[in-house]
Amino acid sequence: MAKIKLSRKERGVKRSYLVDIIMYSMLLLLGLVMAIPFVFAFSNSLKPLSEFFYFPPRLLVENPTLKNFKDLFRLMSDSWVPFSRYIFNTVFITVVGTAGHILLASMCAFALAKHKFPGAKLMFMLIVTSLMFRGEVTQIPSFMIFSKLRLVDNYGAYILPALCSTLGLYLIKQFMEQMVPDEILESARMDGASEFTVFTKIAMPMVKPAVLTLLMLSVQGLWNIGGSVYIRREELKTLNFALSQIMTGGIARSGTAAAAMVLMMIVPITIFIFSQSNIVETMSTSGMKD
Amino acid sequence: MSDHKNRDIKASAARLWKEIKKNRVSYLFCAPYFILFCIFTILPVAMSMFLSFTSFNILEPPVFVGLQNYVRLFFSDRIFIEKAVGNTFAIAAIVGPVGYLICLFLAWMLNELPRILRMLFTLIFFAPTIAGNIYFTFTYLFNNDSQGYVNALLIKYGIIQSPILWFQDEKYMVTLIIIICLWTSIGTTFLSFIAGLQGIPDHLYEAGAIDGVRNRWQELWYITLPSMKPQLMFGAVMSITGAFGVGSIVTALCGLPSTNYGAHTIMNHLEDFGNVRFEMGYASAIATLLFVIMIGTNALIKRMLSRVGE
Repeated sequence: MAKIKLSRKERGVKRSYLVDIIMYSMLLLLGLVMAIPFVFAFSNSLKPLSEFFYFPPRLLVENPTLKNFKDLFRLMSDSWVPFSRYIFNTVFITVVGTAGHILLASMCAFALAKHKFPGAKLMFMLIVTSLMFRGEVTQIPSFMIFSKLRLVDNYGAYILPALCSTLGLYLIKQFMEQMVPDEILESARMDGASEFTVFTKIAMPMVKPAVLTLLMLSVQGLWNIGGSVYIRREELKTLNFALSQIMTGGIARSGTAAAAMVLMMIVPITIFIFSQSNIVETMSTSGMKD
Repeated sequence: MSDHKNRDIKASAARLWKEIKKNRVSYLFCAPYFILFCIFTILPVAMSMFLSFTSFNILEPPVFVGLQNYVRLFFSDRIFIEKAVGNTFAIAAIVGPVGYLICLFLAWMLNELPRILRMLFTLIFFAPTIAGNIYFTFTYLFNNDSQGYVNALLIKYGIIQSPILWFQDEKYMVTLIIIICLWTSIGTTFLSFIAGLQGIPDHLYEAGAIDGVRNRWQELWYITLPSMKPQLMFGAVMSITGAFGVGSIVTALCGLPSTNYGAHTIMNHLEDFGNVRFEMGYASAIATLLFVIMIGTNALIKRMLSRVGE
Protein backbone atom coordinates (compact mmCIF):
# COMPACT_ATOMS: atom_id res chain seq x y z
CA MET A 1 0.00 0.00 0.00
CA ALA A 2 2.86 2.36 0.73
CA LYS A 3 3.22 4.41 -2.39
CA ILE A 4 4.27 7.95 -3.16
CA LYS A 5 1.77 9.94 -5.18
CA LEU A 6 3.21 11.80 -8.13
CA SER A 7 2.96 15.54 -7.91
CA ARG A 8 0.77 17.19 -10.49
CA LYS A 9 3.76 18.50 -12.46
CA GLU A 10 5.19 15.05 -12.97
CA ARG A 11 1.83 13.78 -14.09
CA GLY A 12 1.70 16.53 -16.66
CA VAL A 13 -1.98 17.33 -16.11
CA LYS A 14 -2.88 20.98 -15.78
CA ARG A 15 -4.88 22.02 -12.75
CA SER A 16 -5.97 25.46 -11.74
CA TYR A 17 -5.20 26.50 -8.20
CA LEU A 18 -8.56 28.25 -8.00
CA VAL A 19 -10.42 24.96 -8.41
CA ASP A 20 -8.05 23.40 -5.88
CA ILE A 21 -8.91 26.08 -3.35
CA ILE A 22 -12.65 25.76 -3.97
CA MET A 23 -12.60 21.98 -3.64
CA TYR A 24 -10.46 21.88 -0.54
CA SER A 25 -12.60 24.49 1.17
CA MET A 26 -15.64 22.35 0.36
CA LEU A 27 -13.88 19.38 1.91
CA LEU A 28 -13.07 21.37 5.02
CA LEU A 29 -16.60 22.70 5.27
CA LEU A 30 -18.10 19.23 4.94
CA GLY A 31 -15.67 17.96 7.56
CA LEU A 32 -16.76 20.66 9.97
CA VAL A 33 -20.46 19.95 9.38
CA MET A 34 -19.92 16.24 9.89
CA ALA A 35 -18.10 16.89 13.13
CA ILE A 36 -20.81 19.10 14.68
CA PRO A 37 -22.84 16.33 16.35
CA PHE A 38 -19.67 14.85 17.83
CA VAL A 39 -18.40 18.17 19.12
CA PHE A 40 -21.89 18.73 20.44
CA ALA A 41 -22.02 15.38 22.26
CA PHE A 42 -18.55 15.79 23.78
CA SER A 43 -19.17 19.36 24.78
CA ASN A 44 -22.57 18.56 26.31
CA SER A 45 -21.15 15.67 28.28
CA LEU A 46 -18.84 18.17 30.02
CA LYS A 47 -21.43 20.91 30.63
CA PRO A 48 -22.68 21.71 34.14
CA LEU A 49 -26.47 21.76 34.39
CA SER A 50 -26.70 25.57 34.45
CA GLU A 51 -25.19 25.86 30.98
CA PHE A 52 -28.09 23.91 29.49
CA PHE A 53 -30.40 26.81 30.30
CA TYR A 54 -28.50 29.52 28.45
CA PHE A 55 -30.42 31.38 25.82
CA PRO A 56 -29.40 31.12 23.08
CA PRO A 57 -27.76 27.78 23.89
CA ARG A 58 -24.03 27.49 23.19
CA LEU A 59 -22.33 24.76 21.30
CA LEU A 60 -19.15 24.70 23.35
CA VAL A 61 -18.82 24.16 27.07
CA GLU A 62 -17.55 27.04 29.22
CA ASN A 63 -16.81 25.46 32.59
CA PRO A 64 -16.16 21.80 31.85
CA THR A 65 -16.98 19.35 34.63
CA LEU A 66 -17.02 15.58 34.96
CA LYS A 67 -20.22 15.72 36.99
CA ASN A 68 -22.31 14.23 34.16
CA PHE A 69 -20.16 11.11 34.10
CA LYS A 70 -20.44 10.82 37.88
CA ASP A 71 -24.21 11.23 37.61
CA LEU A 72 -24.29 8.59 34.93
CA PHE A 73 -22.50 6.09 37.14
CA ARG A 74 -24.76 6.95 40.07
CA LEU A 75 -27.85 6.44 37.90
CA MET A 76 -26.37 3.15 36.77
CA SER A 77 -25.91 1.88 40.28
CA ASP A 78 -29.50 2.83 41.18
CA SER A 79 -31.06 0.92 38.33
CA TRP A 80 -33.41 -1.96 38.91
CA VAL A 81 -31.31 -4.55 37.13
CA PRO A 82 -27.67 -4.17 38.21
CA PHE A 83 -25.96 -2.12 35.58
CA SER A 84 -23.07 -4.52 35.34
CA ARG A 85 -25.60 -6.94 33.85
CA TYR A 86 -26.26 -4.68 30.85
CA ILE A 87 -22.54 -4.27 30.36
CA PHE A 88 -21.99 -8.01 30.59
CA ASN A 89 -24.77 -8.65 28.05
CA THR A 90 -23.35 -6.25 25.51
CA VAL A 91 -19.76 -7.43 25.95
CA PHE A 92 -20.85 -11.07 25.82
CA ILE A 93 -22.89 -10.83 22.64
CA THR A 94 -20.26 -8.64 20.98
CA VAL A 95 -17.39 -11.02 21.74
CA VAL A 96 -19.21 -14.28 20.98
CA GLY A 97 -21.00 -12.89 17.92
CA THR A 98 -17.86 -11.37 16.44
CA ALA A 99 -15.65 -14.40 17.04
CA GLY A 100 -18.30 -16.71 15.64
CA HIS A 101 -18.93 -14.51 12.62
CA ILE A 102 -15.25 -14.32 11.76
CA LEU A 103 -14.83 -18.09 12.08
CA LEU A 104 -17.94 -19.14 10.12
CA ALA A 105 -17.61 -16.46 7.45
CA SER A 106 -13.94 -17.13 6.74
CA MET A 107 -14.49 -20.90 6.54
CA CYS A 108 -17.31 -20.45 4.06
CA ALA A 109 -15.38 -17.75 2.17
CA PHE A 110 -12.36 -20.04 1.92
CA ALA A 111 -14.38 -22.77 0.27
CA LEU A 112 -16.20 -20.34 -2.03
CA ALA A 113 -12.99 -18.58 -3.06
CA LYS A 114 -10.58 -21.48 -3.33
CA HIS A 115 -12.58 -24.65 -4.02
CA LYS A 116 -14.52 -25.55 -7.13
CA PHE A 117 -17.67 -27.47 -6.38
CA PRO A 118 -21.24 -27.71 -7.68
CA GLY A 119 -23.41 -24.99 -6.15
CA ALA A 120 -20.60 -22.60 -5.21
CA LYS A 121 -21.63 -20.04 -7.82
CA LEU A 122 -25.27 -20.22 -6.75
CA MET A 123 -24.35 -19.78 -3.10
CA PHE A 124 -22.28 -16.71 -3.83
CA MET A 125 -24.99 -15.26 -6.04
CA LEU A 126 -27.53 -15.62 -3.22
CA ILE A 127 -25.15 -13.85 -0.86
CA VAL A 128 -24.54 -10.98 -3.28
CA THR A 129 -28.29 -10.65 -3.83
CA SER A 130 -28.85 -10.42 -0.11
CA LEU A 131 -26.54 -7.39 -0.03
CA MET A 132 -29.19 -5.70 -2.13
CA PHE A 133 -31.95 -5.61 0.45
CA ARG A 134 -32.19 -4.82 4.11
CA GLY A 135 -32.91 -7.45 6.71
CA GLU A 136 -35.71 -5.33 8.18
CA VAL A 137 -37.81 -6.06 5.10
CA THR A 138 -38.39 -9.59 6.30
CA GLN A 139 -39.06 -8.82 9.95
CA ILE A 140 -42.42 -10.61 10.03
CA PRO A 141 -41.35 -14.09 8.94
CA SER A 142 -38.16 -13.56 10.93
CA PHE A 143 -40.22 -13.11 14.03
CA MET A 144 -42.05 -16.38 13.34
CA ILE A 145 -38.74 -18.18 12.81
CA PHE A 146 -37.25 -16.75 15.99
CA SER A 147 -40.21 -17.86 18.06
CA LYS A 148 -40.22 -21.34 16.49
CA LEU A 149 -36.53 -21.71 17.32
CA ARG A 150 -37.21 -20.52 20.88
CA LEU A 151 -34.87 -17.58 20.40
CA VAL A 152 -37.20 -15.14 22.10
CA ASP A 153 -35.61 -14.01 25.36
CA ASN A 154 -32.42 -15.76 24.47
CA TYR A 155 -28.95 -14.43 23.69
CA GLY A 156 -29.19 -16.35 20.42
CA ALA A 157 -31.60 -13.73 19.13
CA TYR A 158 -28.76 -11.23 19.15
CA ILE A 159 -25.95 -13.56 18.18
CA LEU A 160 -27.17 -16.05 15.55
CA PRO A 161 -28.27 -13.55 12.88
CA ALA A 162 -24.98 -11.66 13.36
CA LEU A 163 -23.02 -14.86 12.66
CA CYS A 164 -24.30 -14.96 9.09
CA SER A 165 -24.05 -11.28 8.22
CA THR A 166 -23.46 -11.17 4.47
CA LEU A 167 -21.31 -8.07 4.03
CA GLY A 168 -18.55 -9.69 6.07
CA LEU A 169 -18.64 -12.89 4.04
CA TYR A 170 -18.63 -10.95 0.79
CA LEU A 171 -15.60 -8.86 1.77
CA ILE A 172 -13.47 -11.70 3.06
CA LYS A 173 -14.33 -13.92 0.09
CA GLN A 174 -13.25 -11.23 -2.38
CA PHE A 175 -10.08 -10.65 -0.41
CA MET A 176 -9.16 -14.36 -0.27
CA GLU A 177 -9.81 -14.79 -3.95
CA GLN A 178 -7.46 -11.97 -4.92
CA MET A 179 -4.83 -12.07 -2.18
CA VAL A 180 -4.23 -15.77 -1.50
CA PRO A 181 -2.34 -17.43 -4.37
CA ASP A 182 -3.54 -20.92 -5.31
CA GLU A 183 0.05 -22.19 -5.73
CA ILE A 184 0.87 -21.75 -2.03
CA LEU A 185 -2.27 -23.67 -1.00
CA GLU A 186 -1.50 -26.36 -3.55
CA SER A 187 2.07 -26.87 -2.36
CA ALA A 188 0.87 -27.19 1.23
CA ARG A 189 -1.59 -29.87 0.11
CA MET A 190 1.25 -31.65 -1.70
CA ASP A 191 3.13 -31.71 1.58
CA GLY A 192 0.21 -33.60 3.07
CA ALA A 193 -1.51 -30.83 5.02
CA SER A 194 -5.20 -31.41 5.65
CA GLU A 195 -7.62 -28.91 4.18
CA PHE A 196 -8.37 -27.53 7.64
CA THR A 197 -4.64 -26.97 8.28
CA VAL A 198 -4.30 -25.27 4.92
CA PHE A 199 -7.14 -22.99 5.96
CA THR A 200 -5.92 -22.14 9.47
CA LYS A 201 -2.18 -22.12 8.94
CA ILE A 202 -1.85 -20.70 5.45
CA ALA A 203 -4.94 -18.92 4.21
CA MET A 204 -5.99 -17.19 7.43
CA PRO A 205 -2.67 -15.49 8.23
CA MET A 206 -2.72 -14.02 4.72
CA VAL A 207 -6.11 -12.37 5.14
CA LYS A 208 -5.51 -10.54 8.41
CA PRO A 209 -6.68 -7.18 7.02
CA ALA A 210 -10.00 -8.72 6.02
CA VAL A 211 -10.36 -10.35 9.44
CA LEU A 212 -9.84 -6.99 11.10
CA THR A 213 -12.45 -5.48 8.80
CA LEU A 214 -14.97 -8.14 9.75
CA LEU A 215 -14.09 -7.52 13.37
CA MET A 216 -14.80 -3.81 13.01
CA LEU A 217 -18.08 -4.30 11.13
CA SER A 218 -19.30 -6.99 13.48
CA VAL A 219 -18.41 -5.12 16.68
CA GLN A 220 -20.03 -2.00 15.30
CA GLY A 221 -23.26 -3.89 14.67
CA LEU A 222 -23.40 -5.87 17.90
CA TRP A 223 -22.12 -3.21 20.28
CA ASN A 224 -24.80 -0.77 19.13
CA ILE A 225 -27.76 -3.16 19.40
CA GLY A 226 -30.45 -1.45 21.40
CA GLY A 227 -33.94 -2.70 22.11
CA SER A 228 -34.92 -5.84 20.24
CA VAL A 229 -38.41 -7.15 19.60
CA TYR A 230 -37.15 -10.59 20.55
CA ILE A 231 -35.94 -9.63 24.01
CA ARG A 232 -38.44 -8.75 26.72
CA ARG A 233 -36.69 -9.79 29.92
CA GLU A 234 -34.95 -6.82 31.46
CA GLU A 235 -31.88 -8.78 32.53
CA LEU A 236 -31.16 -9.76 28.91
CA LYS A 237 -31.24 -6.22 27.58
CA THR A 238 -28.20 -4.40 26.30
CA LEU A 239 -26.10 -1.50 27.46
CA ASN A 240 -27.24 0.62 24.54
CA PHE A 241 -30.86 -0.03 25.49
CA ALA A 242 -30.24 0.99 29.09
CA LEU A 243 -28.37 4.13 28.06
CA SER A 244 -31.01 5.15 25.53
CA GLN A 245 -33.52 5.09 28.39
CA ILE A 246 -31.42 7.78 30.05
CA MET A 247 -31.46 9.80 26.83
CA THR A 248 -35.22 10.20 26.96
CA GLY A 249 -34.97 11.99 30.31
CA GLY A 250 -35.49 15.58 29.10
CA ILE A 251 -33.30 18.64 29.41
CA ALA A 252 -32.20 18.02 33.01
CA ARG A 253 -30.71 14.73 31.84
CA SER A 254 -29.11 16.13 28.66
CA GLY A 255 -25.66 16.12 30.19
CA THR A 256 -25.93 12.57 31.46
CA ALA A 257 -27.35 11.45 28.12
CA ALA A 258 -24.43 13.03 26.29
CA ALA A 259 -22.02 11.32 28.69
CA ALA A 260 -23.72 8.00 27.90
CA MET A 261 -23.44 8.67 24.18
CA VAL A 262 -19.75 9.47 24.47
CA LEU A 263 -19.07 6.31 26.47
CA MET A 264 -20.97 4.17 23.94
CA MET A 265 -19.07 5.37 20.91
CA ILE A 266 -15.60 5.01 22.38
CA VAL A 267 -15.38 1.26 21.69
CA PRO A 268 -16.30 1.12 17.97
CA ILE A 269 -14.38 4.30 17.15
CA THR A 270 -11.22 3.08 18.88
CA ILE A 271 -11.38 -0.17 16.95
CA PHE A 272 -11.82 1.73 13.71
CA ILE A 273 -8.85 4.00 14.42
CA PHE A 274 -6.56 1.04 15.00
CA SER A 275 -7.72 -1.00 12.04
CA GLN A 276 -8.29 1.76 9.51
CA SER A 277 -5.41 1.01 7.15
CA ASN A 278 -6.28 -2.70 7.18
CA ILE A 279 -9.89 -1.90 6.40
CA VAL A 280 -8.93 0.23 3.43
CA GLU A 281 -6.69 -2.57 2.20
CA THR A 282 -9.60 -5.00 2.44
CA MET A 283 -11.89 -2.65 0.59
CA SER A 284 -9.45 -2.57 -2.32
CA THR A 285 -10.75 -6.01 -3.25
CA SER A 286 -14.39 -5.24 -2.50
CA GLY A 287 -15.26 -4.51 -6.13
CA MET A 288 -18.09 -6.22 -7.99
CA LYS A 289 -17.71 -7.51 -11.50
CA ASP A 290 -21.02 -6.83 -13.30
CA MET B 1 -37.60 -42.42 -25.91
CA SER B 2 -38.66 -41.44 -22.39
CA ASP B 3 -36.75 -44.43 -21.11
CA HIS B 4 -33.67 -43.04 -22.74
CA LYS B 5 -34.26 -39.65 -21.15
CA ASN B 6 -34.76 -41.23 -17.76
CA ARG B 7 -31.49 -43.05 -18.02
CA ASP B 8 -29.80 -39.75 -18.95
CA ILE B 9 -31.22 -37.99 -15.93
CA LYS B 10 -30.25 -40.88 -13.69
CA ALA B 11 -26.74 -40.87 -15.07
CA SER B 12 -26.29 -37.14 -14.57
CA ALA B 13 -27.77 -37.36 -11.07
CA ALA B 14 -25.28 -40.07 -10.25
CA ARG B 15 -22.49 -37.95 -11.65
CA LEU B 16 -23.62 -34.96 -9.56
CA TRP B 17 -23.79 -37.10 -6.43
CA LYS B 18 -20.26 -38.30 -7.11
CA GLU B 19 -19.12 -34.69 -7.55
CA ILE B 20 -20.78 -33.75 -4.27
CA LYS B 21 -19.21 -36.66 -2.43
CA LYS B 22 -15.83 -35.77 -3.85
CA ASN B 23 -16.20 -32.20 -2.63
CA ARG B 24 -17.62 -33.00 0.78
CA VAL B 25 -14.86 -31.03 2.52
CA SER B 26 -15.94 -27.87 0.69
CA TYR B 27 -19.52 -28.38 1.78
CA LEU B 28 -18.40 -28.93 5.36
CA PHE B 29 -16.56 -25.61 5.26
CA CYS B 30 -19.64 -23.81 3.97
CA ALA B 31 -22.27 -25.61 6.01
CA PRO B 32 -22.27 -23.74 9.34
CA TYR B 33 -22.45 -20.32 7.73
CA PHE B 34 -24.75 -21.28 4.93
CA ILE B 35 -27.29 -23.09 7.08
CA LEU B 36 -27.62 -20.01 9.29
CA PHE B 37 -27.81 -17.83 6.19
CA CYS B 38 -30.66 -19.96 4.85
CA ILE B 39 -32.55 -19.83 8.15
CA PHE B 40 -32.18 -16.09 8.77
CA THR B 41 -32.11 -14.67 5.25
CA ILE B 42 -33.41 -16.96 2.53
CA LEU B 43 -36.22 -18.61 4.45
CA PRO B 44 -37.71 -15.26 5.59
CA VAL B 45 -37.72 -13.96 2.00
CA ALA B 46 -39.44 -17.10 0.77
CA MET B 47 -41.96 -17.02 3.62
CA SER B 48 -42.62 -13.36 3.03
CA MET B 49 -43.40 -14.01 -0.63
CA PHE B 50 -45.71 -16.87 0.29
CA LEU B 51 -47.51 -14.94 3.03
CA SER B 52 -48.09 -11.99 0.70
CA PHE B 53 -50.75 -14.09 -1.03
CA THR B 54 -52.57 -14.87 2.21
CA SER B 55 -54.56 -13.26 4.94
CA PHE B 56 -52.77 -13.96 8.18
CA ASN B 57 -52.93 -12.61 11.73
CA ILE B 58 -50.43 -14.97 13.44
CA LEU B 59 -53.11 -16.55 15.68
CA GLU B 60 -55.03 -18.39 12.96
CA PRO B 61 -53.39 -20.27 10.09
CA PRO B 62 -52.91 -18.22 6.88
CA VAL B 63 -55.76 -18.24 4.34
CA PHE B 64 -54.93 -18.02 0.63
CA VAL B 65 -56.42 -14.88 -0.91
CA GLY B 66 -54.64 -14.64 -4.23
CA LEU B 67 -53.64 -11.18 -5.36
CA GLN B 68 -56.03 -9.42 -3.00
CA ASN B 69 -53.28 -7.87 -0.85
CA TYR B 70 -51.55 -6.42 -3.88
CA VAL B 71 -54.80 -5.10 -5.33
CA ARG B 72 -55.55 -3.37 -2.06
CA LEU B 73 -52.02 -2.01 -1.86
CA PHE B 74 -52.01 -0.53 -5.34
CA PHE B 75 -55.60 0.63 -5.66
CA SER B 76 -57.19 1.40 -2.32
CA ASP B 77 -54.52 2.05 0.29
CA ARG B 78 -54.42 5.84 0.08
CA ILE B 79 -51.74 6.30 2.72
CA PHE B 80 -49.51 3.92 0.84
CA ILE B 81 -50.11 5.48 -2.58
CA GLU B 82 -50.15 9.11 -1.54
CA LYS B 83 -47.58 9.19 1.25
CA ALA B 84 -45.39 6.11 1.59
CA VAL B 85 -44.44 5.63 -2.05
CA GLY B 86 -43.76 9.31 -2.63
CA ASN B 87 -41.68 9.76 0.49
CA THR B 88 -39.70 6.58 -0.06
CA PHE B 89 -38.80 7.48 -3.62
CA ALA B 90 -38.12 11.12 -2.74
CA ILE B 91 -35.77 10.09 0.05
CA ALA B 92 -34.12 7.36 -2.01
CA ALA B 93 -33.78 9.59 -5.09
CA ILE B 94 -31.84 12.14 -3.07
CA VAL B 95 -30.05 10.08 -0.44
CA GLY B 96 -28.94 7.40 -2.91
CA PRO B 97 -27.32 9.48 -5.68
CA VAL B 98 -26.28 12.47 -3.58
CA GLY B 99 -24.83 10.25 -0.86
CA TYR B 100 -23.02 8.24 -3.52
CA LEU B 101 -21.59 11.36 -5.15
CA ILE B 102 -20.55 12.82 -1.81
CA CYS B 103 -18.69 9.58 -1.05
CA LEU B 104 -16.99 9.72 -4.43
CA PHE B 105 -16.09 13.40 -4.10
CA LEU B 106 -14.73 12.96 -0.59
CA ALA B 107 -12.70 9.89 -1.51
CA TRP B 108 -11.33 11.63 -4.59
CA MET B 109 -10.30 14.69 -2.59
CA LEU B 110 -8.81 12.69 0.25
CA ASN B 111 -6.76 10.59 -2.13
CA GLU B 112 -4.31 13.42 -2.74
CA LEU B 113 -3.88 14.38 0.90
CA PRO B 114 -0.91 13.23 2.98
CA ARG B 115 -1.51 9.96 4.81
CA ILE B 116 -2.14 11.40 8.29
CA LEU B 117 -4.65 13.98 7.08
CA ARG B 118 -6.33 11.35 4.94
CA MET B 119 -6.77 9.04 7.92
CA LEU B 120 -8.08 11.87 10.09
CA PHE B 121 -10.67 12.93 7.52
CA THR B 122 -11.65 9.31 6.87
CA LEU B 123 -12.35 8.95 10.57
CA ILE B 124 -14.43 12.14 10.70
CA PHE B 125 -16.55 11.12 7.73
CA PHE B 126 -16.98 7.49 8.69
CA ALA B 127 -17.57 8.08 12.39
CA PRO B 128 -21.33 8.81 12.15
CA THR B 129 -21.81 5.36 10.65
CA ILE B 130 -19.94 3.52 13.40
CA ALA B 131 -21.16 5.52 16.38
CA GLY B 132 -24.56 3.95 16.87
CA ASN B 133 -26.75 6.53 18.60
CA ILE B 134 -25.12 9.71 17.49
CA TYR B 135 -28.04 10.75 15.31
CA PHE B 136 -29.89 11.41 18.54
CA THR B 137 -27.91 14.63 18.82
CA PHE B 138 -30.13 15.89 16.01
CA THR B 139 -33.06 15.77 18.39
CA TYR B 140 -31.18 18.26 20.56
CA LEU B 141 -30.06 20.44 17.68
CA PHE B 142 -33.57 20.53 16.22
CA ASN B 143 -35.40 20.48 19.52
CA ASN B 144 -39.00 21.71 19.54
CA ASP B 145 -38.73 24.49 22.07
CA SER B 146 -36.62 27.62 22.07
CA GLN B 147 -33.85 25.63 23.79
CA GLY B 148 -33.23 23.79 20.53
CA TYR B 149 -30.10 25.14 18.89
CA VAL B 150 -31.59 25.84 15.50
CA ASN B 151 -34.74 27.41 16.90
CA ALA B 152 -32.72 29.55 19.30
CA LEU B 153 -30.51 30.86 16.52
CA LEU B 154 -33.44 31.63 14.24
CA ILE B 155 -35.29 33.41 17.04
CA LYS B 156 -32.23 35.36 18.09
CA TYR B 157 -31.78 36.79 14.62
CA GLY B 158 -35.49 37.50 14.31
CA ILE B 159 -36.08 35.09 11.43
CA ILE B 160 -38.92 33.35 13.26
CA GLN B 161 -41.06 34.48 16.18
CA SER B 162 -41.92 31.19 17.84
CA PRO B 163 -40.06 27.87 17.84
CA ILE B 164 -40.69 25.44 14.97
CA LEU B 165 -41.74 21.88 15.75
CA TRP B 166 -39.13 20.44 13.41
CA PHE B 167 -40.00 16.76 13.66
CA GLN B 168 -43.77 17.30 13.91
CA ASP B 169 -44.25 19.85 11.16
CA GLU B 170 -45.04 18.30 7.80
CA LYS B 171 -43.10 21.05 6.03
CA TYR B 172 -39.74 20.08 7.52
CA MET B 173 -39.89 16.39 8.41
CA VAL B 174 -38.83 14.87 5.09
CA THR B 175 -36.07 17.42 4.52
CA LEU B 176 -34.62 16.77 7.96
CA ILE B 177 -34.79 13.02 7.50
CA ILE B 178 -32.94 13.39 4.20
CA ILE B 179 -30.22 15.49 5.82
CA ILE B 180 -29.74 13.00 8.64
CA CYS B 181 -29.68 10.06 6.23
CA LEU B 182 -27.10 11.79 4.06
CA TRP B 183 -25.06 12.47 7.12
CA THR B 184 -24.96 8.78 8.06
CA SER B 185 -24.69 7.55 4.47
CA ILE B 186 -20.92 7.92 4.23
CA GLY B 187 -20.23 4.33 5.14
CA THR B 188 -18.85 1.28 3.41
CA THR B 189 -19.29 2.94 0.02
CA PHE B 190 -16.86 5.67 1.00
CA LEU B 191 -14.25 3.21 2.31
CA SER B 192 -14.53 1.15 -0.83
CA PHE B 193 -13.94 4.24 -3.00
CA ILE B 194 -10.90 5.28 -0.99
CA ALA B 195 -9.43 1.84 -1.49
CA GLY B 196 -10.33 1.83 -5.18
CA LEU B 197 -8.60 5.15 -5.75
CA GLN B 198 -5.47 4.10 -3.94
CA GLY B 199 -5.25 1.00 -6.04
CA ILE B 200 -5.02 2.82 -9.37
CA PRO B 201 -1.41 2.55 -10.58
CA ASP B 202 0.39 5.81 -11.39
CA HIS B 203 1.49 4.66 -14.81
CA LEU B 204 -2.12 4.89 -15.98
CA TYR B 205 -2.11 8.60 -15.21
CA GLU B 206 1.25 9.07 -16.89
CA ALA B 207 0.06 7.27 -19.98
CA GLY B 208 -3.11 9.35 -19.91
CA ALA B 209 -1.13 12.57 -19.83
CA ILE B 210 0.83 11.46 -22.87
CA ASP B 211 -2.36 10.45 -24.66
CA GLY B 212 -3.75 13.96 -24.27
CA VAL B 213 -5.71 14.00 -21.00
CA ARG B 214 -5.61 17.70 -20.24
CA ASN B 215 -7.39 18.46 -16.98
CA ARG B 216 -8.54 16.78 -13.80
CA TRP B 217 -12.06 16.26 -15.05
CA GLN B 218 -10.89 14.34 -18.09
CA GLU B 219 -8.53 12.43 -15.84
CA LEU B 220 -11.44 11.57 -13.57
CA TRP B 221 -13.74 10.45 -16.37
CA TYR B 222 -11.29 8.62 -18.64
CA ILE B 223 -8.84 7.13 -16.15
CA THR B 224 -9.93 7.23 -12.52
CA LEU B 225 -13.57 6.15 -12.78
CA PRO B 226 -13.10 3.33 -15.32
CA SER B 227 -10.22 1.94 -13.23
CA MET B 228 -12.37 1.68 -10.14
CA LYS B 229 -15.51 0.36 -11.80
CA PRO B 230 -15.82 -2.70 -9.54
CA GLN B 231 -15.76 -0.44 -6.48
CA LEU B 232 -18.29 1.86 -8.10
CA MET B 233 -20.60 -1.14 -8.51
CA PHE B 234 -20.15 -2.29 -4.96
CA GLY B 235 -20.68 1.23 -3.66
CA ALA B 236 -23.85 1.61 -5.69
CA VAL B 237 -25.30 -1.56 -4.22
CA MET B 238 -24.56 -0.42 -0.69
CA SER B 239 -25.97 3.07 -1.32
CA ILE B 240 -29.20 1.95 -2.99
CA THR B 241 -29.92 -0.65 -0.36
CA GLY B 242 -29.44 1.94 2.35
CA ALA B 243 -31.50 4.61 0.61
CA PHE B 244 -34.62 2.47 0.17
CA GLY B 245 -34.50 1.03 3.65
CA VAL B 246 -35.08 4.31 5.48
CA GLY B 247 -37.63 3.69 8.20
CA SER B 248 -36.32 3.25 11.71
CA ILE B 249 -34.83 6.76 11.72
CA VAL B 250 -38.27 8.15 10.88
CA THR B 251 -39.84 6.16 13.71
CA ALA B 252 -37.14 7.26 16.15
CA LEU B 253 -37.34 10.96 15.32
CA CYS B 254 -40.89 11.61 14.07
CA GLY B 255 -42.79 8.72 15.65
CA LEU B 256 -44.95 6.06 14.04
CA PRO B 257 -47.04 7.27 12.39
CA SER B 258 -45.45 10.67 11.85
CA THR B 259 -47.78 13.68 11.93
CA ASN B 260 -50.40 13.21 9.22
CA TYR B 261 -48.10 10.52 7.75
CA GLY B 262 -45.88 13.35 6.53
CA ALA B 263 -42.64 11.36 6.63
CA HIS B 264 -44.21 7.91 6.25
CA THR B 265 -42.06 5.54 4.16
CA ILE B 266 -42.79 2.08 2.75
CA MET B 267 -40.63 0.69 5.54
CA ASN B 268 -42.83 2.51 8.11
CA HIS B 269 -45.95 1.22 6.40
CA LEU B 270 -44.57 -2.28 6.75
CA GLU B 271 -43.85 -1.68 10.44
CA ASP B 272 -47.32 -0.25 10.92
CA PHE B 273 -49.14 -3.27 9.50
CA GLY B 274 -46.69 -5.85 10.78
CA ASN B 275 -45.97 -4.70 14.33
CA VAL B 276 -48.99 -2.59 15.17
CA ARG B 277 -51.99 -3.94 13.28
CA PHE B 278 -50.86 -7.57 12.90
CA GLU B 279 -52.11 -7.83 9.32
CA MET B 280 -49.23 -10.07 8.41
CA GLY B 281 -50.36 -11.08 4.94
CA TYR B 282 -50.76 -7.49 3.91
CA ALA B 283 -47.50 -6.47 5.55
CA SER B 284 -45.77 -9.29 3.68
CA ALA B 285 -47.09 -7.91 0.40
CA ILE B 286 -45.54 -4.56 1.31
CA ALA B 287 -42.28 -6.31 2.20
CA THR B 288 -42.24 -8.26 -1.06
CA LEU B 289 -42.85 -5.11 -3.07
CA LEU B 290 -40.02 -3.30 -1.28
CA PHE B 291 -37.78 -6.30 -1.88
CA VAL B 292 -38.56 -6.22 -5.60
CA ILE B 293 -37.96 -2.44 -5.73
CA MET B 294 -34.55 -2.80 -4.05
CA ILE B 295 -33.36 -5.65 -6.24
CA GLY B 296 -34.81 -4.06 -9.39
CA THR B 297 -33.14 -0.69 -8.79
CA ASN B 298 -29.86 -2.42 -8.13
CA ALA B 299 -30.06 -4.28 -11.41
CA LEU B 300 -30.91 -1.08 -13.28
CA ILE B 301 -28.10 0.97 -11.74
CA LYS B 302 -25.57 -1.76 -12.37
CA ARG B 303 -26.45 -1.67 -16.05
CA MET B 304 -26.02 2.12 -16.09
CA LEU B 305 -22.69 1.98 -14.31
CA SER B 306 -21.26 -0.50 -16.76
CA ARG B 307 -21.17 2.38 -19.28
CA VAL B 308 -18.95 4.67 -17.20
CA GLY B 309 -15.99 5.98 -19.19
CA GLU B 310 -17.35 4.95 -22.60
